[in-house]
Amino acid sequence: MNLSNLTIKEAHKGLLKKDFSALDLCKDYLKRAKEKNKDIFAFLTVNEDLAVSQAKRVDEKISQGEKLNSLAGVPCAIKDNILLSGIKCTAASKILENYIAPYDATVVKKLKEKDAVILGKTNLDEFAMGASTENSAFGPTKNPNDEERVPGGSSGGSAAAVAADMAIFALGSDTGGSIRQPASFCGVVGLKPTYGTVSRYGLIAFASSLDQIGPITKTVEDARTVFEAISGKDKMDSTSVDFPEEKSSSQKIKIGVPKEYFVKGIDLAVEKATKEAIKKYEKMGFEIEEVSLPHTDYALLAYYLINPSEASANLARYDGIKYGLSENKIGDLLDVYLKTRGKGFGDEVRRRIMLGTYALSSGYYEAYYLRAQKVRTKVIEDFKKAFSKVDVLFTPTSPVLPFKIGEKVEDPLSMYLMDVYTISVNLAGLPALSIPVGKIGKLPVGLQIIGKPFEESKILDVAQAFYGDIY
Amino acid sequence: MISKEEVKHIAKLARLGLSEKEIEKFQKELSSILDYIEKLKEVDISEVEATSHPLFVENVMRADEPYQGEDGKKLVSQSPEKKDNFIKVKSIFK
Repeated sequence: MNLSNLTIKEAHKGLLKKDFSALDLCKDYLKRAKEKNKDIFAFLTVNEDLAVSQAKRVDEKISQGEKLNSLAGVPCAIKDNILLSGIKCTAASKILENYIAPYDATVVKKLKEKDAVILGKTNLDEFAMGASTENSAFGPTKNPNDEERVPGGSSGGSAAAVAADMAIFALGSDTGGSIRQPASFCGVVGLKPTYGTVSRYGLIAFASSLDQIGPITKTVEDARTVFEAISGKDKMDSTSVDFPEEKSSSQKIKIGVPKEYFVKGIDLAVEKATKEAIKKYEKMGFEIEEVSLPHTDYALLAYYLINPSEASANLARYDGIKYGLSENKIGDLLDVYLKTRGKGFGDEVRRRIMLGTYALSSGYYEAYYLRAQKVRTKVIEDFKKAFSKVDVLFTPTSPVLPFKIGEKVEDPLSMYLMDVYTISVNLAGLPALSIPVGKIGKLPVGLQIIGKPFEESKILDVAQAFYGDIY
Repeated sequence: MISKEEVKHIAKLARLGLSEKEIEKFQKELSSILDYIEKLKEVDISEVEATSHPLFVENVMRADEPYQGEDGKKLVSQSPEKKDNFIKVKSIFK
C-alpha cells in the first residue's frame, strides 16, 4: 500500500482498519523526509527517536483496543519557531543555532496529547521575516513543484514538507501571510485562524498583535481537524480566547470580491485562474458581489511600520546573556550586546529592527507608529463595511506565481509589496485560508477566502464546496 | 534621505553593531522604505482612534496564587555564562 500521499482522514482510517501500523507509517515518512530533504531542504531537524517512540505508543493503544484520536499516529512537522521540548529551536537564525527548547509550546502539547507523531522542525525565513524562506540562515527551501523556485514564506519548510509528502500535515505561523502564501506557492491548504483562537505560548514572538499559529494540510477537511485540535483558550497566553459558539446559518452565502485586489501588479495568469475559480462558485449558485476595501494600499504601508516596530521590541531579548549566541569574550556589557546582535542576526532581521527602532524612537513615534495604528483602524472599518454586505471575501492569495530562488533577494521593497493580499487580514485579526484552485504549468495558484472573526467553520465549508464536497 | 549619523544613532538604540559599509547600506535601504511609507500621510486620520490589538481589548485577571512553573534550572542552563543557578553578567560599573 502506498502511504506517501495519505490525508489525515485516510491515515486514521488505515490505522483503525490495521492496513498499516503507526510505526510503518512513521518509518515510511521518516525515510522519505530524510531522502527528499537533500533536495527540498524542508526540515532543519528530523527527530527520529521521538517520532518512533510516539508511533510505538500509538500502536500499543491500538493493540489494547483504546479509542484513537483522529490525529493519533499521523506524521507531522512543526515550524522551527515553535518550541518542542528537548529539541533544537532555531527560528532559522544563527543567534539561536544551538538553542534547545526547554518546554513544549501549547500547540505542541496539544498535538502530543492527541498522539500525533512529530517528525521534525521545518525551515523558515529567519524569525519568520520574509516571503520566500530564502532568509533562513541555514539555506533556502525549494518548491517541490519546481525546485528552481521558492516555496514561499515564511512557513516555506512546512508547506514544502506537506506538498512533497514528507509529512501529512504541518504547523506554520502567519504574521502577514506566512501560512497562506507558502500554501499557495506549494499547492496545499493553509489556514490562518482568527487572532487569539490558537495559543501562542511557545511561539517565538515576532509581531505580537499580528502573529497566529495555524495548520498547513493537503485537504480542507484536514485543516479543520488540525485547527480543532490546536485551538482554545490557554492560561499561558492571555491574548487567547475561547471560541464563541457558532451561530448556525442556513441562508445562502454571499461572496464578496474586493476590486482593489485586481489592479496593476497582479500576474495576469494568477488573475485569470482566480476569476475562473470565482466563476465556478457562481455556477454552483453562490451570489457574487463586487466590494471595496479602499485602504488596501495603505494597509501594506501601515503593516510595514507596525510589524518592524513590534519585532524590534520583541527581538530585544536576544542579548547574548540569557541564551543563544554570545560574543562575550572581549569588552564590556554594551560590547556583548552590539557584537552578539551584529553577528547573530541576518540582513532582513536587522533591517526590520532598524526600521522598527526608527519608527518608535523619540520624535518619530507619532509620525510613524501611531499614524500606522490609526490607519489600521481604517483597514478594519473597510472590512466591517464589506462584511455588512457579504459573508466571505475571495481574493488571490499572492499577486505572483512562485518566483526563482535569488530573483528578489536584493530588493526588499519588492518582496514587501508581494504581501499586499495577505497582510490586511492580520491587521484586522480575521480568519483566512488559501486553497489550491489551479496550476499555470507546474506552478500552483491559491485562492484566499477571508471570513468574519470566528467564522473559520464557514470559510472551511465554502472552501470544501470548491472540491465538490457537500456541506 | 536619512543621515549616516541618524543610522548610527538608531543602530546604537537597537544595540546592533554595524560596520561602516553596513551603515551605508542601511542608509540607502531605510531611506527608500521610509520614502515609500510617506504615502501614509495621504490618509485622513484626524478623527480616528489607534488600534493596538485587532479584536478585543480587555484586561485578563487571575488569582495571585503560586504554581509550579517551568524548571528554573533548565532555563538557567541555556545561559552562555553561569555560576551555580545564576546567570553571569559582565560588570556594569567601571
